[in-house]
Amino acid sequence: MNILYFAWMREHTGRAAEEIDLPDGVSTVAELVPHLASRSDGHATALRNLKTVRVAVNRAYGTLDTPICQGDEVAFFPPVTGG
Amino acid sequence: MTEPVNSAAADVSIRTADFDAGVEIDKLRRAGVGAIATFSGIVRNDAETPGLIAMTLEHFPVMTEQEIQNIIDQARRRWPLTAVKVIHRVGRLLPQENIVFVGTASAHRQAAFDSASFIMDYLKTRAPFWKKEETSSGTQWVKARETDDIALQKWVEPR
Repeated sequence: MNILYFAWMREHTGRAAEEIDLPDGVSTVAELVPHLASRSDGHATALRNLKTVRVAVNRAYGTLDTPICQGDEVAFFPPVTGG
Repeated sequence: MTEPVNSAAADVSIRTADFDAGVEIDKLRRAGVGAIATFSGIVRNDAETPGLIAMTLEHFPVMTEQEIQNIIDQARRRWPLTAVKVIHRVGRLLPQENIVFVGTASAHRQAAFDSASFIMDYLKTRAPFWKKEETSSGTQWVKARETDDIALQKWVEPR
């Protein structure tokens, strides 16, 4: 599955996207987060405070409780600041 | 009670290129209208961000267009609009440059005013854009404003 990071989350993780296999026992965004956070110190920093993180699954807004499965695209980003 | 949504293919344009608000108004006129309301957002050049050199806008391609189209579709269900145009620039922009254009056309002025305001308020909180400021003292990501979330409350329809 494809994981995307934007804005300062991209800068912390050092990548805009990464391809991973859905870890065993993971069925929601919340359950995926610790697996991503363990990938590097930068990932841990990016995902440290989930209150400041927004989630989109397959390009639609989700929450930490949104179900995910292999093949989904999961994006993490800060609150938006356009306009 | 929901009316069919008549959304034109090119309601939304996300791009690096500048826009000319006058040209966009002329295009909106062709829909046949009594009223056009527009909003132009411009990179600020004031005391709020001293020493601003540039603003770089990043977005989430495809999701951005979808989210803005969803907002426009909601506006079209709520007000009788004959045309809508939203342009949002991305990339590095200098002070005084255009960032965003919202134009709505309707037979009635209140529908044009209100729908343009509605679209801007939702765009600010839903469309996945992020701004990074470059100032004489360094670069930093712009923080989201709570007042933008509060602005949405006026559009909640009574049930």
